[in-house]
Amino acid sequence: MAASVGVIVFPGTNCEHDAVVALERLGADARLVFHSERSLSGLDAVVLPGGFAHGDYLRPGALARFSPIMEALGTFAAEGGPVVGICNGFQVLCEAHLLPGALQKNRGLTFLCESATLRVESTRSVLTRDATVGDELVVPINHFSGSYTCDLETLRRLRDEDRVVLRYVENPNGSLDDIAGISNEAGNVVGLMPHPERASSALLGSDDGVVLLRSLLSAAALV
Amino acid sequence: MLRPGIADPEGATIERALPALGFDGVAAVRAGRCFNIELDAADLEAARSHAAALADRLLANPVIEESVIEVREA
Repeated sequence: MAASVGVIVFPGTNCEHDAVVALERLGADARLVFHSERSLSGLDAVVLPGGFAHGDYLRPGALARFSPIMEALGTFAAEGGPVVGICNGFQVLCEAHLLPGALQKNRGLTFLCESATLRVESTRSVLTRDATVGDELVVPINHFSGSYTCDLETLRRLRDEDRVVLRYVENPNGSLDDIAGISNEAGNVVGLMPHPERASSALLGSDDGVVLLRSLLSAAALV
Repeated sequence: MLRPGIADPEGATIERALPALGFDGVAAVRAGRCFNIELDAADLEAARSHAAALADRLLANPVIEESVIEVREA
């Protein structure tokens, strides 16, 4: 049976349709879930797509954390459900404390819209379980606040617990330790700044994101 | 305000721009945000603790920011 994936839409989210199309092309049954809903029942995985949730007012992700759907998301994540936050979704997951650390303004204060080469650093996350450590993937980035930061104790834990999922080969934004994506302790919640859904077809310039989305769907099939 | 030690690209850019505009003697710049909030509270202490809760819960991200609260009667 096709994996059922919910793609959460906050006011200001703008990558939800890209995510739905990319997932459906891989055989998933993807549907939009508005932020005012309170249930994620029936879903095998959840994606928080990119955009500007609640206008990014205050800080990216800061207000989205209080949207009604977030309580259900917390429960879904705690029960082991696969959750991936892409770009603004990563910022939301950090603000909601489902992932540690924070995303700051890019070094150089420029909005970055370009291809980035990522190296897979861990395969114990739902986003990389079908990839291979050392794989290099070309995936677009599109952000102003993508510089990952955390305290040194958190960084030590992320490294020791194999939770740095993806690193930039060439650091574009000043992220600590070249971090492009991390996971929670269990590996079922992942956040990354690059957009795998925009690298889901050779027609788009790269299909390197497919292995990531496929990983998510294979993790969803286990739920 | 960003915690000490947290990189502040905005403050650093302003710091570099000031001498170019003729403002000398600026040793360091940190950029932050200020919120003016009107509260109904029994006294200044109650207003302070209310504001502190707001700051901790929403206005500041304690991972990278710290807050300073000033209270005065309207």
